[in-house]
Amino acid sequence: MTMPVVAARSLTKRFGAFVAVDGIDFEIAPGEAFGFLGPNGAGKTSTMRMIGCVSPRTSGELRVLGLDPAESGADIRGRIGVVPQEDNLDTELTVWDNLMIYGRYFDLPRADIRERAAELLEFVQLSDRRDSKVDPLSGGMKRRLTIARSLINRPEALLLDEPTTGLDPQARHLLWDRLYQLKRSGVTLVLTTHYMDEAEQLCDRLVIMDNAKIVAEGPPRKLIADSVTREVVEVRLPLDADTAFEAARLKRFGDRTEPLADRVLVYTDDGDATMHAAVDEGFGADSMFVRRASLEDVFLILTGRTLED
Amino acid sequence: MSAPVRTAPRPVLALPLIGWRRRPWRLVERNVLAYRRIWYIFLSGFLEPLLFLLSIGIGVGKLVGDLNVGGHLVPYRSFVAPGLLAIAAMTGSLLDTTFNFFVKMKYSHTYDAVLASPLSPRDVAVGEITWALIRGATYSGAFLLTMLAFGDLRSAWSIVALPGAVLIGFGFAGVGLAATTYMRSFVDFDYVNMAMIPLFLFSATFFPLSRYPAGLQAVIRFTPLYQGVVLERSLVLGDLHWTLLIHAAYLLAMGLLGLRVASKRIGLLLQP
Ligand SMILES: Nc1ncnc2c1ncn2[C@@H]1O[C@H](COP(=O)(O)OP(=O)(O)OP(=O)(O)O)[C@@H](O)[C@H]1O
Ligand SMILES: [Mg+2]
Repeated sequence: MTMPVVAARSLTKRFGAFVAVDGIDFEIAPGEAFGFLGPNGAGKTSTMRMIGCVSPRTSGELRVLGLDPAESGADIRGRIGVVPQEDNLDTELTVWDNLMIYGRYFDLPRADIRERAAELLEFVQLSDRRDSKVDPLSGGMKRRLTIARSLINRPEALLLDEPTTGLDPQARHLLWDRLYQLKRSGVTLVLTTHYMDEAEQLCDRLVIMDNAKIVAEGPPRKLIADSVTREVVEVRLPLDADTAFEAARLKRFGDRTEPLADRVLVYTDDGDATMHAAVDEGFGADSMFVRRASLEDVFLILTGRTLED
Repeated sequence: MSAPVRTAPRPVLALPLIGWRRRPWRLVERNVLAYRRIWYIFLSGFLEPLLFLLSIGIGVGKLVGDLNVGGHLVPYRSFVAPGLLAIAAMTGSLLDTTFNFFVKMKYSHTYDAVLASPLSPRDVAVGEITWALIRGATYSGAFLLTMLAFGDLRSAWSIVALPGAVLIGFGFAGVGLAATTYMRSFVDFDYVNMAMIPLFLFSATFFPLSRYPAGLQAVIRFTPLYQGVVLERSLVLGDLHWTLLIHAAYLLAMGLLGLRVASKRIGLLLQP
């Protein structure tokens, strides 16, 4: 068996009395794309920072590249790349100098960094901005530069904390494409996200975190298949409707229902049949449509809340 | 379409990555890159002590006349110049360890990125202090040359005045860095100014200690800039005594203590 890139057992992080990460277990295999999915405050960043050796764990076991962050932090940091949740590019330097100095922090020779930096700027499509300062760059460009910077030391594993939050769809797709390429070249990806589609697209395997704990773990499609029906009918109701009451009425058309603020979700293996049955019986709604079950539904069923809550 | 990027691990990065002795220098390198484009802001550090020397040393010197230092009569300008040197060493080292450090730590998040690399909080502290000392030493060196030109270096021991200025810089850089880690907002920098102005005025910089009231003298003897002023003045005027070692030890201890506290605080603040 190959050694996991990251292995955590009962990993715990407390800030004073507050528990941000509550005894979680997981293993990330080499070359895997592994995701942490969860709502705000779930403990994703706290976990990533412990893996990135910039936050000491409170208790439990953690190994990164087989080493203990408490003892070998600098060595581990030298072999991984980090894209933090908030961009922290050096605003006093140009795009090019940001890459140059970051390579120097890793003690790489200047000639190597120059070659690598040119290659990376090409990779993230920023070659034409190499002499620009950081501030005038758009959000997406900054994010791409941060990714380029994180790759300067040819990391074995890349930690990405919400890599595409705040980006427009086009910028997100460009980033996803780049992350695919990295994965193909053998880099282990560890990422956090709020986005279902991102998790489904990028992750081989993921854990869903809620309230500092892991509530589910597995490949995205398997998680969905295991805990949700194949399809979902979304029934949108007028604003003044009592969704709990309507959910009870809709129950007999599907396997289970979840009332939300403005709509009811009906879980079923045959969405069309369910929808037609409801319409035929004269069920009134603003609109109804069928969609495939997603990770959002997994989260909802496991926690009773939506990810945006 | 972009070129494929080779990212597979390479044995080049075999451990140990970077010696701890070299690591702080990376931060110095970063500051060189950052200041390269705005080198002219360095000028004020050269001009300020020079203008003081001209206005106070020469202007006020005309009114004051000569002073008796350790049995020798020296012109007021020669008396005040080493005081100004000590002040320049202090202010020069505080620029990058207080205000600029605060901005980089709290607003630009520069060190968050640095600490994700192999560098540690201690490397950040040592690096910024090293940089501050290099910057301070340039100012002090230039000022010493000016003093040489005016004939104010009255002893061969003046050669030690530059390391002396670096030592003053170290003391203040360390404490400045440590104090800055306790600041919550820019408003707190008023305290730095509040501390610096009396030091500036009352550290036997402009008058001999004997001219102060006795009670105040006792207090001044324990203040940090006074140590530097005595050190520089004695070296430049050749008025040597073994007690200079105490003044030097004071400044060294101040710097080391500051460095220690700052390293710890940077870790606590940026790696919670
Ligand atoms: N330095 C800190 N001091 C005190 N509490 C903290 C600190 N950092 C994080 N927390 C708390 O720990 C909890 C988990 O935070 P964390 O940043 O890990 O969540 P997250 O899953 O990354 O959320 P988001 O999706 O909003 O980024 C939050 O309640 C947060 O307020
Ligand atoms: Mg987060």
